[in-house]
Amino acid sequence: MFTARKSRLALIGGIGLAASLVLAGCASSNPLDAPTDEGGESAGSDTIVIGSQAYYSNEIIAEIYAQALENADITVEREFNIGQRDAYMPDLESGAIDLFPEYTGNLLEFYDDSADVTSPEDVYTALQDALPEGLTALDYAEASDQDTYTVTKEFAEANDLTTIADLANVSEKPTIGAAPEFEQRPYGPAGAKELYGVDLGFSATGDTTLEALLAGEIQVADIYSADPAFETEEIVALEDPENLILASNVVPIASSDVADEVADVINAVSAALGADDLVALGVQSTVDEKSPEDIAKQWLEDNDLL
Amino acid sequence: MNVFAEAFAWLFSPERLEGQYALPVLLGQHLFYTVISVLIAAVIAVPVGWLIGHTGRGREVAVAISGAARAVPSFGLMVLLVLLLGVLRVPEAATITFVLLAIPSLLAGAYTGLEAIDRRVIDAARATGMTEWQIFWKVEVPLGMPLLVGGLRAATLQVIATVTIAAYVNLGGLGWPIIQGIPLRRFDQVLGGAILVAVLALVADMLLALAQRAAVPGGIRAAKPGSRTPRAARRAAAIEPAAAEPATASTT
Repeated sequence: MFTARKSRLALIGGIGLAASLVLAGCASSNPLDAPTDEGGESAGSDTIVIGSQAYYSNEIIAEIYAQALENADITVEREFNIGQRDAYMPDLESGAIDLFPEYTGNLLEFYDDSADVTSPEDVYTALQDALPEGLTALDYAEASDQDTYTVTKEFAEANDLTTIADLANVSEKPTIGAAPEFEQRPYGPAGAKELYGVDLGFSATGDTTLEALLAGEIQVADIYSADPAFETEEIVALEDPENLILASNVVPIASSDVADEVADVINAVSAALGADDLVALGVQSTVDEKSPEDIAKQWLEDNDLL
Repeated sequence: MNVFAEAFAWLFSPERLEGQYALPVLLGQHLFYTVISVLIAAVIAVPVGWLIGHTGRGREVAVAISGAARAVPSFGLMVLLVLLLGVLRVPEAATITFVLLAIPSLLAGAYTGLEAIDRRVIDAARATGMTEWQIFWKVEVPLGMPLLVGGLRAATLQVIATVTIAAYVNLGGLGWPIIQGIPLRRFDQVLGGAILVAVLALVADMLLALAQRAAVPGGIRAAKPGSRTPRAARRAAAIEPAAAEPATASTT
């Protein structure tokens, strides 16, 4: 039952809606771009602000940096457990945060999705180029937290698997479980097919990847190389001789104006952070349930840095 | 390029029809979980709603439970159930979540449909000698249909919107482009997925709105003033006096 008044209101409403959609369409800026913050200089104080991701392993590394700097008589402010890159990168870029433990490969992916290098040295160089003005990458560590193609030890023995290429010999097409974005990554199943000739199905298991691997629901899993499960469960990462997987070593990212001040101390930490250290530190956190402060202190003492 | 233009380019790209995550496959998964969940919720909620509406008892309890069920955050519940039931029972965990989401609207639709019926109509039915079951099936249920379909419509809409989260636990559906697109920072994909869910919800709502109109029993529709087209009304007016004549003619 359309009265003249209702028709007019509907017409005005329709025009208003259409106009707002057209205007939205005319906008040329991408509302999802990271805000560019020119001139966000820190107030010149001597305090170094250290941030960390909402990830216990990253928090432990940040705590190690913090205690090492405090040991060198530098005042430190801790801003841990911030969140994802979309949350903390603006602060890091603007100088509100001075130092952040990052990962070479994943950070390179964040800045430049099209980069096709994979070896640790190449990725580090590419990252230095990709970093915006105002950020410096200090020395990277041997320790890494990168993707892997992991199987249970039982599966590896049953099918004689040592490298990723060996997966081609498995009689039934194996399925790999990983976070959803892995399907589209150059080192994902498509990359494995191209480089190693391995056919893999994909299952977006996400946070349940380890459980799914242990339950037999998937045959291969993308378990990050710093996961304590490598010590607590019977799993093994397959070797990657052709460097399919994007290397992602621990790298301290610092604001350029404080980089010189902290370089000596932090580079010494990075030099001592070895390939197996992150798994061991993770086990102390998840299994022994020690606090990040205790774990960091212990590690620094064991490595003669405290 | 503008974000909306990029999203449409992504939606209509031929790659969307290929592979494990092709749009038709995702749509099928989305509809599957929606239909199954609404069906199970209906089997649970509609008989209970009819019982409450017919007997007039238990209404406060039903309202309280519905209200509480609406407040439960579906995403949190789904993740909790996946953790509790294990990785081998993910479809069951998600379905339980969606069923719990659909129950309040269906329950409300069922009992308000019966409550809204004029008590005199039921008295009249009883007076003509109908048994209680006959009253229920022949009078109450048809008269309560429009509100029940309204409840179905609300439930379906909520479930369609919420099945988007099924992609987070590897069940596919139209939420997949969103869940995958965010970490990849491919916002054309994210917006494309969001547009698809919105369009599906609107289409479902329109179809169910038509169903709601169709659910009005014939007698009620005819009795409404202005429900006939002008031509039908004139024809009806012409027939009635003519129908009266043979009756008067036969008595004389």
